[in-house]
Amino acid sequence: MNRSGLSWVFAVLGGLVLLFIIAPLAGIFLKTTPLQFFETVQDKAVTGSILLTLVISLLTTVFFSIGAIPLAYMLARRSFKGKSLVQSLIDLPIVIPHSAAGIALLGLVSRDSFLGKAASSVGIDFVGHPLGIGLAMAFVSIPFLIQSARNGFEQVPVRLEKAAMNLGASSWNSFRKISLPLAKRSIISGMIMMFSRGLSEFGAVVIIAYYPMITPVLIWDRFNSFGLKYARPVAALFLLVCLIFFVALRLLANKSANDQNRKHI
Amino acid sequence: MIRIENISKRFGSFDLNNISLEISEGEYIVLLGDSGSGKSVLLEILAGLIKPDQGAIFLNDRNLTDEPISSRPFGMVFQDLALFPHLTVRENLAFPLRCRSMTKVEISNRISELSEKLEITNIVDRYPDGLSGGEKQRVALARTLATEPACLLLDEPLSALDTRIRKEIKSVLRTLNRSGQTIIHVTHDYQEAISLASRIGIMEKGNLIQFGPALEVLMNPVSPFIASFTGIRNFIPVTLLRDKEDGRIKAWTENNIPLNFDTEKVHGKGYLVVPMDAVFLSKEPVATSAANQLFGTITDIIPAPHGFEVVMDVGFSLYSLLTSEGISRLSIKTGDQVYASFKASALRYINL
Repeated sequence: MNRSGLSWVFAVLGGLVLLFIIAPLAGIFLKTTPLQFFETVQDKAVTGSILLTLVISLLTTVFFSIGAIPLAYMLARRSFKGKSLVQSLIDLPIVIPHSAAGIALLGLVSRDSFLGKAASSVGIDFVGHPLGIGLAMAFVSIPFLIQSARNGFEQVPVRLEKAAMNLGASSWNSFRKISLPLAKRSIISGMIMMFSRGLSEFGAVVIIAYYPMITPVLIWDRFNSFGLKYARPVAALFLLVCLIFFVALRLLANKSANDQNRKHI
Repeated sequence: MIRIENISKRFGSFDLNNISLEISEGEYIVLLGDSGSGKSVLLEILAGLIKPDQGAIFLNDRNLTDEPISSRPFGMVFQDLALFPHLTVRENLAFPLRCRSMTKVEISNRISELSEKLEITNIVDRYPDGLSGGEKQRVALARTLATEPACLLLDEPLSALDTRIRKEIKSVLRTLNRSGQTIIHVTHDYQEAISLASRIGIMEKGNLIQFGPALEVLMNPVSPFIASFTGIRNFIPVTLLRDKEDGRIKAWTENNIPLNFDTEKVHGKGYLVVPMDAVFLSKEPVATSAANQLFGTITDIIPAPHGFEVVMDVGFSLYSLLTSEGISRLSIKTGDQVYASFKASALRYINL
C-alpha cells in the first residue's frame, strides 16, 4: 500500500474514534432544548451542587498538592528502597474500580474506624461530609498530579540544583528557587488534571457521601428517580461548566508558560 | 593553602586512589587527563558534590571534608555552566548574593562590579538562552566569583568554545589568576594546560601520576602515558623578535637560536611545539625546503612504541621520532653529530 493510501485508511480509522468521542457529547447538547437548559440554570439544587463540586475539587487539589509535590520530587530525584513499589502504589487508584476505592476509603474513615473516631471526637464526620467527598476525589485523582509533577522535576537538570547549592543555597532554597519554578508548568498542568478528574468522580464519592450531592451524584439521582429526560439537562450544564473550566485553566497555564518563554528570548 | 590528603573514592567501574595535593594561594593548577581519569570527580569532591570514601580536604587549617556544599569556600563552574534558565543574567548573579543575605544596595553594587569586571554589563537583563557561548561562560564565571571563593574550580571551561572565544576566555582566566585568584582547572587539552597552568597534575585511571611545574611535567613525563597523552616532547620556550638581518619575525630560544615559523604575531613569549615526527635527521647538511636546520650531538636513543626517540642537543634538547630502519640506514649512535631539519609550517606556537 502506498503512503497516501495508508494515510487515508489511518485518517478514516482515527476519524471514527474522534466521532465516537464527539457524537455523544454533541448529542447531549442537541437533545437539550433551550427551555430545559434555562430551567436547569435556575434550579438552585443544580447550581448549588455544581458550585459545591467545583469548590471541593479545587480545595482538594490545592490541599493535597502540599504533600504530592514533595512526593513527586522525591520520586524524581532520590533512589530509595521500594521506590518502584511506591511508584506502582501511586498508579493503583487509576486502575482499580472506583466503587472499590470508595469501599476501601469508607473502611478508613467510617465512624467505627480509628481515623473516623478521632475525627468525630473533634466533631467531624467524614461520611456524608464535604471532607469525605474531598478524600474520595483526591484518592482517585492524585496520581495525575504526582505523575505530571514528577515528570516536570525529572526534566530539571540535577546540575542546576548542585550549582545552586555550590553558590550557597540551602537544599530548601535550591528546591524553592530553582527546581520548583522550572517544573512549574508540569505541576500546574498536573493540578488541572487532578482538579478535572476530581470534578468528574462518581464511584468513590457516592459510597462515602450521597449527600451533600455533588453533580455527578445528582445526575445519577435524577436519572434513577425521574429518568433520562430530567438527568440530561443537568449533565449538559455540568459538561459545559467542566469544559469551560478545563479550557480556561489550560489557556491560563499556557499563557503563563509563554510569558516565561518570551522572557527567554 | 589548600591541602588535599589521600582522597579516595570507589565507584563500581572506576576508583579514585589516594590523591594528595598541596596548592598555594594564587596558584593556577591544571589537572590534565583523559575522560574517565577521575579529574572531574576530584573537582566534585572538592566542591562537596561527591563524598569521598576517605581522605581529607583542608583550607589552611580548616577541615572542609564534612562541610556541606553550601558553606564550602570553593566556587565551581560546571562544564555545562548550569546557568539558571528562568532567571536573567542579573538574577543569576544575584542568586549567590541573596543566599548570603546581603542588602539590596549591596547586591546591586556587587552585580555592577562583577559585570564590569567580566564585561557583561550590556547583557545583564537578558536570559541565558539567548547568549553566545562566550557570554554564557563570562556569566557563569561572574556568578561563581560573586561567592568570593577561596578557590575557583573550573570543569573543562574552554572545551565548548570556538577558537576565538577560547582565547578571549583564556585571557579572562589569566587576568583573574594574576589578581590573586587561586584556580583549579580540569581539562583534556595539553595546550590549554601549558598556556595557563603554573603547575600541572596528570591524572590517569584515578591516579595522580605526576604533579609539578607545567613545562617540567610535559618535558619529563614519568610514564609513557603522559608522553603519549600529550604526544609531544618538543616544547621550546621562545621569545618572538624581528631578525635584524632579514627583517622577519622569528622565535628565539633561551640561548638565542632563531627558529623560522609562520606567524602574524610581531612579539610575544610562548612555546614552540615541534612534533617529533616532523624532525628529519641527516649526517651532512642537505638542501631541503625545510626552513630550519640545526646542528647538534645525539645524547640518547630511546626505544618507543613505534621506533626510536632520538634526543639531540642542538643548543636545547630536540626529540626526533625515527623508525628502526631509519636508525640503521643513517647508522647513528649516541655521540654522533647530525643535522636536524624541520619545516616552518610544522611548528605550532602557544602564546603565554
